[in-house]
Amino acid sequence: MLRSHLDVQLLNLLAACMLLISFAMLSTRRTQQLITLFAWQGAILFLSTSLVAHEAGLTELYFSAALTLILKVITLPLILHTLIKRLGAQWDNERLVNIPITMLVGLVLVIFAFGLAQPISLLATTVTRHTIGIALAVILLSFLMMITRRKAVTQVIGFLAMENGLFLAATSATYGMPMVIELGIALDLLVAVFILGIFFFQIREQFDSLDLHHLESLREE
Amino acid sequence: MELWFVLGMPLLGTFLLAVFGARRFAAEVNVGVSLATLLAASLLVARIVRYGPLLVGHEQFFVDSFNVFLVALTAFVGFTTAIFSRPYMRIEEHHGRLNARRLRLYHSMYQLFMTAMFIALLTNNMGIVWVAMEAATLSTVLLVSLYRTKASLEAAWKYFILCGVGIAQALFGTILLYFAAERTLGRQGMTALLWTHLNAAKADLEPTVIGLAFVFLLVGYGTKVGLAPLHNWLPDAHAEGPTPVSAVLSGLLLNVALYAVIRCKVLAVGSIGPLMPGRMLMAFGLLSAVLAAFFLWRQRDIKRLFGYSSIEHMGIITFAFGLGGPVANFAALLHMTVHSLTKSSIFFTAGHASQTAGTQEMDGIRGLVGISPTIGWGLMLGSLAILGMPPFGVFASEFLILTTAMREHPWATPFLLIALGVAFAGIFMKVQPMVFGESDAPKLPHSPALVPVFVHLAMVLVLGLYIPPALAEWYRAAARLIG
Repeated sequence: MLRSHLDVQLLNLLAACMLLISFAMLSTRRTQQLITLFAWQGAILFLSTSLVAHEAGLTELYFSAALTLILKVITLPLILHTLIKRLGAQWDNERLVNIPITMLVGLVLVIFAFGLAQPISLLATTVTRHTIGIALAVILLSFLMMITRRKAVTQVIGFLAMENGLFLAATSATYGMPMVIELGIALDLLVAVFILGIFFFQIREQFDSLDLHHLESLREE
Repeated sequence: MELWFVLGMPLLGTFLLAVFGARRFAAEVNVGVSLATLLAASLLVARIVRYGPLLVGHEQFFVDSFNVFLVALTAFVGFTTAIFSRPYMRIEEHHGRLNARRLRLYHSMYQLFMTAMFIALLTNNMGIVWVAMEAATLSTVLLVSLYRTKASLEAAWKYFILCGVGIAQALFGTILLYFAAERTLGRQGMTALLWTHLNAAKADLEPTVIGLAFVFLLVGYGTKVGLAPLHNWLPDAHAEGPTPVSAVLSGLLLNVALYAVIRCKVLAVGSIGPLMPGRMLMAFGLLSAVLAAFFLWRQRDIKRLFGYSSIEHMGIITFAFGLGGPVANFAALLHMTVHSLTKSSIFFTAGHASQTAGTQEMDGIRGLVGISPTIGWGLMLGSLAILGMPPFGVFASEFLILTTAMREHPWATPFLLIALGVAFAGIFMKVQPMVFGESDAPKLPHSPALVPVFVHLAMVLVLGLYIPPALAEWYRAAARLIG
């Protein structure tokens, strides 16, 4: 019982780390650092999923954890690093709109997420029920990151971070989705990153930069 | 058995065309595969009509009157679009906008897109619905940017990011659905997300969680339906992609996304009652219809114009499903059918019209009747049909929706009438000068395949004059399922 209590504390700590990384991502300018942060977020997700698997005694969750490790900690960051190196964008700095205000909006989103998750947490029976709010907050913060960024690569990292949040939500509310669906989601994600990789090159070929300012001509005038 | 053919044929086509897609005969292979899919779908329909609902593959696939009707429609429009695309893409190649490699990508992805839609329609698993919807988005992203122009890249990027974010909401909704299901049905691995199981136990599902799940699912899949205010990707993707892709996006993908919404609505109504889901669908539907009708006026690009018209019609259909009840559901299903037939035929003619004129700007397209009477009259008749002129089928379904709205929610009638009226004037004023008038544009290098246009319009006309009893019974059965 005591050990189990410790595990729950540890899980909450890991979830809190995820939230912290989300905030760090919101304020990071360097694209390379963003990818590293994304890999760290994946690593924490892997740790917390394995811990839940251990706690709940579910073998299939170990598989999801392994999938997270392979896909989100190793493959995707590797692809992204290679991509920006090939695009010559690894030293890119991004000018951000007012960071303090973004942070404040982020805080409001976190509070909103906890409020929204409250009824679900009350109904849940998993050991991780308290982290549902954090998962929702991670989703919303990634969304905020996608809105505030103007670079194609960073928007994609935001998209992937949102998927991390969704994965955390699935493990904390229900101990993960059925295996077939997780595999399907992972496949979709991998294909998405490949397609976007092709896309980056097409965009740069046409616009000579990955800045999305150029992509604003289709508008209702 | 038929079901495996429906899923297998386009998948086989994907691989075949990935290898042979650059050859001369690729377009014919594309038509052949689509025809085989259509035959398999017809066999599936015959089987469902004779033996009733079907549950196969460890309950992973489920066919009832509701989805079999959409499967038949998808296979049919997929086939006619393949016929249309054969000369259309040759002309594009002739004009130097495409090369053999891009045609291979196009053909292969076209079939992959069909596969993804069939999986989304036929699966019984709400999680697989999500995976298939995402796959459908991914397979069309590269099609929207096929021309690699600045505008098409922008449209594809917007399409990917907006639909990606939208579909992430739907995934969260699916997680919540699974969460609610697990509490009632227990943790049974794969079965807790099966729609048939959920449907049987829907009264016991936790209302608070299902309510929240429905909001997320509606917003998520609603983005793909093109419901306002999440519709921004739709006109861009329709205008910048190749015309056959616009036709299948508008005629089929929107329907499939709406199908997912309605499946979720059935569960939500069973758990929390009809009030909240119905109101939400009505509100989103009306907002989309009215907003799109006003945006129609500002359009200068012919494909964007009809993209906005799709948003308007999807809004009307969503509103009708929100009304609920046998009559409104019947009308909504009928409207889904006639809209997808009419809109794809309009895109066929609009595509050839812009090829003839060398521009998609409506100011540059003039005197179509003079250059090619089939293109001109096809566009004119198609526009009249989509605007709800009697005796076309769109009139019948819109009339049913309007009268039901007047009876049950009179406050909504003025909004509907405004949307219909504004859209009518907006489209008619723009189409009329394109069709008539003088022009000296040269003829197309390959003769266009416009038989599908007139077949579609004839079907819409027949549906407006007389719905065969067997078909009416089929619609009624599907409407009952939706409740």
